[in-house]
Amino acid sequence: MIEVDGVTKAYGSGKTRFLALDNVTVTIRKNEFFTLLGPSGCGKTTLLRVIAGFVDPTSGTVTMDGADLLKLPPYARPVNTVFQSYALFPHLTVRQNIAFGLEMLGKPRAEITQTVDEMMALVQMTKMADRQTGQISGGQQQRVALARALAPKPKVLLLDEPLSALDFKLRKDMQIELKRLQTETGITFIFVTHDQEEALTMSDRIAVMSAGAIRQIGSPRDIYDHPAERFVADFIGDTNFLPAEILSEADGVVQVRLGSGAEIAARPVEGAGRGAVTLAVRPEHATLGPEAGALLPGTLRNIVYFGTDTHYHVALDGGDSFVVRAQNQPDRASAVAEGDRVGITFPPGVGQVLRD
Amino acid sequence: MASSSGFDVRRQFGFTTIALACFVMLYLPVVLLVVYSFNAGTSVAIWEGFSLRWYRSAWENVQVQEATVRSLVLAFWASLISTSVAVMAALATTRTRPFKGYSAIFAMINQPLMVPEIVTAVALLIVFAAVKVWTGYTGLGYLVLAHSAFCIPFAYLPIRARLQGMDLSLEQAASDLYARPWQVFRRITLPQLWPGILAGAMLAFVISLDDVVITEFVKSAGQDTLPTYMLGQLRRVVTPEVNAISTVLLAISVTMVIAFFFVSRMRK
Repeated sequence: MIEVDGVTKAYGSGKTRFLALDNVTVTIRKNEFFTLLGPSGCGKTTLLRVIAGFVDPTSGTVTMDGADLLKLPPYARPVNTVFQSYALFPHLTVRQNIAFGLEMLGKPRAEITQTVDEMMALVQMTKMADRQTGQISGGQQQRVALARALAPKPKVLLLDEPLSALDFKLRKDMQIELKRLQTETGITFIFVTHDQEEALTMSDRIAVMSAGAIRQIGSPRDIYDHPAERFVADFIGDTNFLPAEILSEADGVVQVRLGSGAEIAARPVEGAGRGAVTLAVRPEHATLGPEAGALLPGTLRNIVYFGTDTHYHVALDGGDSFVVRAQNQPDRASAVAEGDRVGITFPPGVGQVLRD
Repeated sequence: MASSSGFDVRRQFGFTTIALACFVMLYLPVVLLVVYSFNAGTSVAIWEGFSLRWYRSAWENVQVQEATVRSLVLAFWASLISTSVAVMAALATTRTRPFKGYSAIFAMINQPLMVPEIVTAVALLIVFAAVKVWTGYTGLGYLVLAHSAFCIPFAYLPIRARLQGMDLSLEQAASDLYARPWQVFRRITLPQLWPGILAGAMLAFVISLDDVVITEFVKSAGQDTLPTYMLGQLRRVVTPEVNAISTVLLAISVTMVIAFFFVSRMRK
C-alpha cells in the first residue's frame, strides 16, 4: 500500500513559481491496477517520479506499508519503473538487460539465470535473448523493458506511458497483455497515461489529474458514469453540459429543472452549490424521439455517421446544443432528417450534477 | 548544399578566390616543409634531389631521441591526468542538479583556452621557481603538472559533449534497478562514455605534444621536448633535419586528429 499525503512539488520561485504537484493525497492499494490519467503537464509523470525517487517533493510524505519512501534513494526503493523511452541499456543484450536488477541485488547466479529465463518466457522474448537492444523492434523493446522491471519482483511497478510509442494494433494487444501480467503477478501497477480509453480498459481505479491536482478518483465506471466535475466529464469521453436548477434533494437524489422547464431526477455530487448547476449527460445515455413529451425539444442540425454509431447534433430551444449517439443497425437508415423538429429524452438518475 | 531559399554562398562574388587563398595560406607552407624534409642538400629552400638523409640524421641524433622520449612520456602523463580530471569535471557539470556558480565553474575549467598562454607560462615559472627552491626537486614533474593543467579543457569538452548526448534515463533506470551510484557509473555511464574519454585523451595528447610556450618557460636545463629542441635548433643552423622532425610530428598529430574524429563519431 502506497500512501501519498499532501505532496507538493514547486519549481522556480516568486512570480515564476510553478506547482507541478499541488497538495496531492492518494492511497494506492495492494495488487491494484491504478492509473494516473490526465493531459500532458498535469503532473502525473511527476507524481510517478516522486514515488520512484527521481524527484524530491517540496513538501508532503510518501509511505509504503508504513515506511517512509522519501528517505530512501531510488536504488533502495522496492519499486521498479518502465520508462516511456524504455531506457534499455544499449551496450547490453536482452538477457543482460533483464538480469541487471537481479545482479545489483546480489542474487546467486543460478537464481538470476532461472528468473531471467522465466521473464523472457513471460514476455515471449526467449528467442531474442542474445540480441542487442538496438536490433529488436519497438514492441519487443517494450516487452524487454517490462521484463527487466518485473524480474526483481518489485512490490510496485511504475509504468510511464509505456504504450505511447507503439502503433494502434500493438497497443491494443499490449493493453490486454499488461492487464494479464498484473493479474498473474499480483504486483501493484501504477500506470501513467493520457489516453482515456487505455485507462478505462485496464484500470481497477483511475485518478484523473489536472494542473498538478487530482480531480477525481474512482473505478472506470464511476469516473465515466459519474464525473464529479466539468474537467473530468470533458476529458473522459464526450459529454453534454446542460444548465439546470436544483429544486430539492432527498435520499441521494436531486430533482432538477432543465432549461426547457422539464423536471427530472439526477445524481448529486458532494460539494455542489445550491440552485443553478451544470448537468452532464453522456451522448449514448440519451435518446432522440418526437418533440411531443420530450425533456428537451430542439431542431436537428447535423447527422454524422461513424460506422458503429451515428451522432445527432441538436440545437436545443433556448440556445444550447446537445449530441445524441445511437448504435447503428445493419441497413437501416435514420428515420429523421436534418432540419426536423425533434425531442431528447434520458431516464431519471442518468444526469450527473457537476461540482464546478 | 543548395538551399531552398535560392541563396547559395558559393555563388557569391569572390567566394572561390577567398576560399582558395585561405587554403593556400594554411597548407602551402606545410606542403613545402614536408617536401624539403626529403631534400638531399643542406638547404631548406634549394631543392637538390630526393633523399631520406635528414630522417636518418634525426633518427641517429641522440638529442632528438631524448627529446622525443621526453615528449611522449610527458604527453602520456599529461593526457592521463588531464583526462581523469576532465571526466570528473564533466560528470560534475552534467550529472548534478543545476547549482549556483555553474557558469563560473564552466569558465574556470576552460580558462586555459582564454588566458594568453604566455601569461600562464610566466605565472607557472614564478610559482615553480619558488617550489624548486623550497623542495629542491627538479624533475619532469613540473612539466607534467603544467601540461596536465592546460590540457584539461581539451579533454573536458569532448567528454562533456558525449555526456550531454547520453540519455539520462539510462542512469535513472540503472539506479531504479538497485544500482548504487558507483555501480551506475561503472556499469552504465562508463561503457558509453568510452569514445568521449578516448577522444578527449587523444586531443590532450596532441596538445601536449605540440606545446612550446609553456614548456619553454617551465622546463629545467636538459629537459627539452621535441618542439623546444627544434626551436633551439632554429636559432643556430637551419637544416632539413628540422623539416624531417616536423613532418613526423605532423604525421602523428594528423593521425591522432583523424582517429579523434572517428572515435567521437562512434555511436555505442
